[in-house]
Amino acid sequence: MNASEDAHAAGRLGIWLFISTEIILFGGLFLLYSMYRLKNPADFHAGSLELNRVLGTLNTVILITSSLCVALAIDSLGKGRTRKSAWFVAATIACAFGFLIVKFFEWTAKFHHGLYPNAKVLLSLPKGENLFFGLYYLMTGLHGVHVIVGIGVLSVMLVRVLRGTITPQNPTYLVNSGLYWHLVDIIWIFLFPLFYLIT
Amino acid sequence: MNADASREMPDARPHGPTTRSYVAVWGALIVLTATTVAVAGFNLQKIAIIVCLGIAAVKSTLVLFYFMHLRYEHRLIIKLLIPIAIGALAIFIGLTFSDVITR
Amino acid sequence: MAERETHESDYVPYFLHKGKYPGALGWLLATDHKRIGLLYLACIATFFSVAVIIGVIMRINMLPGHVILTAQQYNAAFTLHGIIMVFLVVIPAVPTIFGNFFLPILIGGRDMIFPRLNLFTWYLFVLGAVLALVSVFFGGGAVDTGWTFYVPFSLKTTVNVPLAVFAVFILGMSSILTGINIVTTVHQLRAPGMGFFRMPLSVWGFYATAWVQILATPIIGITMLLVVMERLFGIGVFDPAKGGDPLLYQHLFWIYSHPAVYIMILPAMGVISDIFPVFSRKNIYGYKMIAFSSLAIASVGSLVWGHHMYVSGQSDTAGIIFSLLTFLVAVPSAIKVFNWLATMYKGSIQVEPPFLYALSFIFLFSIGGLTGLFLGALSPNVQLHNTYFVVAHFHYVIFGGMGFGLAAAVHYWFPKMTGKMYNKPLSVVAWLVVFVGFNIFYFPMFILGWEGMPRRYYDYLPQFATLHQVASIGSFIMVAGLVLVAGNLLRGLVAGARAPANPWGGATLEWTLPSPPGQEDFEEIPVITHGPYEFDKKESGA
Repeated sequence: MNASEDAHAAGRLGIWLFISTEIILFGGLFLLYSMYRLKNPADFHAGSLELNRVLGTLNTVILITSSLCVALAIDSLGKGRTRKSAWFVAATIACAFGFLIVKFFEWTAKFHHGLYPNAKVLLSLPKGENLFFGLYYLMTGLHGVHVIVGIGVLSVMLVRVLRGTITPQNPTYLVNSGLYWHLVDIIWIFLFPLFYLIT
Repeated sequence: MNADASREMPDARPHGPTTRSYVAVWGALIVLTATTVAVAGFNLQKIAIIVCLGIAAVKSTLVLFYFMHLRYEHRLIIKLLIPIAIGALAIFIGLTFSDVITR
Repeated sequence: MAERETHESDYVPYFLHKGKYPGALGWLLATDHKRIGLLYLACIATFFSVAVIIGVIMRINMLPGHVILTAQQYNAAFTLHGIIMVFLVVIPAVPTIFGNFFLPILIGGRDMIFPRLNLFTWYLFVLGAVLALVSVFFGGGAVDTGWTFYVPFSLKTTVNVPLAVFAVFILGMSSILTGINIVTTVHQLRAPGMGFFRMPLSVWGFYATAWVQILATPIIGITMLLVVMERLFGIGVFDPAKGGDPLLYQHLFWIYSHPAVYIMILPAMGVISDIFPVFSRKNIYGYKMIAFSSLAIASVGSLVWGHHMYVSGQSDTAGIIFSLLTFLVAVPSAIKVFNWLATMYKGSIQVEPPFLYALSFIFLFSIGGLTGLFLGALSPNVQLHNTYFVVAHFHYVIFGGMGFGLAAAVHYWFPKMTGKMYNKPLSVVAWLVVFVGFNIFYFPMFILGWEGMPRRYYDYLPQFATLHQVASIGSFIMVAGLVLVAGNLLRGLVAGARAPANPWGGATLEWTLPSPPGQEDFEEIPVITHGPYEFDKKESGA
């Protein structure tokens, strides 16, 4: 066994441990969501009707596609097609930006309706709706931060693939970035129904 | 190096899913997304929660197994990690639940 | 030193090794696990001294007729004492100092698996500490919420809560990354033949602790972030005026902070399990039971957080569930204690300083643990909650347990880390002073609490004066002892006799190296053929 395979094995265990900690980090918010939903079912119902289901679905499709792109980037790299791999990483980053742009329009629309934390309109609504929107901003916000971090990480990977410091023989960094990106996708897979669909 | 870490192969080697199967998984994820949106439109009351979260669980399992290669994982510790994390979370939520519903 | 001469001539102690960077940079940019361990040691020793001084000020304040702090200053003092002790000393101390220094050596590796990540955790740790320090002097002043930051008070108070809780978030990240590093190192870097059941029990302690760090710390991370968000944007998830439930904050806080108690104690228990066999010249009794009880404590300990909330308005049902689970966690702790006693039984005991600390660990931890059962039971808790009984209980567990365990580790590994030996008779005297002072200090607090003295009060009714005076005097004796311990160790560092490679006759891997180890630890990765406590095989040269 050579040193690079050793490092690969270690990195893989490390990144999976990290993914577990991320699941638990979001888990704290899922805990709050479930307890507050339990106590305020009607207000959560009213809150989720306010959200734009079309944009939510669009963003789900975008993120799923980006997950496919990063998987294909690793797949192409493994087959020695570095150029193609770089294109797929670029496509992933493009999807991530697309997601953020949609999110930006969603948030701005809510802000225009006075549905933001501590706003008079939101505070005049039933308390459960305030909690719904508070959690909506916290959870999609934290997820958004992860998307932004993902853009940064994937950009570094793009440069490294192009420069040839990530190679078919030494793909660890790209593989691990891909795992992180899939995690971001999985979290959204749960956020989407919790906020947009369950009414 | 201990036994369970030996025989490592970098993931990029084509021992995982084929390119075509990645696209198939993507297709399945899109279909499931369409399904969950459609189900939410039917106004199924409480069943909707179970159906939507069930579909989300299936979708994330697909991502974990195929995109993240968990299905091809040969190290026990990594296979166990997600169940451990989910289990810990289930316990945290469950015991908090025991307070909130009985208060 | 015969051992040293037999080594190759290019042996250089790790701290004299010339690396990529010269001088201080060689330390600040060190990726070597031993140097990082010492970086942590320097910081933690400093923070510990600061927190001890704050503690002494509080004890002077509690002398009859010596009220020197205002109520607000006293609130800030106990908060700062708690934050520093919990987040900057007790949680990180054993895993970061001794985990870093000895874990790779104990499993026959050359370094932690992610050396640069390891250094990064130290910088996060320092950043968190600096932020906590800055929060004292800027933006409204020192936090007065207690180390628990309970809402809604922490949302309303005018002091600098956001920065302090953000500092805790950063420290949490540091702790998580250390945990990931430790688990991965144990899985990847064990030497050939080092099966999981040939690992020294200290490694099991670090390993179980690391799992708790990984699985529980993210919860405190998100909780602290939520407090910051509440303060900055007034979202309302914990604010009852906006529909939030403050009790859910307490749940989230203790979901981490109770397991954090086990992050504190498990590595110390691991070190103790290494020390007893060495000074009893006997194989450990019930190796697997001790190893598995570490994992059992780690997992069952994550189910009991609600016992901090009996009088908070939590439901009675939940109280009964949590009380039951709390009693369960006493079982694996007791297993360890009985196995340590059985290890010493009929052993040929060598009374050395590390052994004395280990022995007093059992005594003090047992008192702390048994009084914990009083608190874990529902009805006595109503009487004892938020009294000095609680203060005495957790100081017996944390200081008497983890603190004495840490001191045992220091005295056990000091010759290996420095290559010098401290003055043994003096260290026995110092141990005695600390031990006696500790008990005069904290034992009266059990009685004070039983009689109804609430914690976190800066003044008290006249009937509590005598016991407060006794406790304060005890604290002065204990601190004098701590000064003696520190002075003796520093003197040993500067002017101590040279330590041999294996001063205690241990059979674990660190004693096969010269004292202090060279940069690469092992010239050749060893092949392990026997368990960590099989002294007969070791001595016959197997």
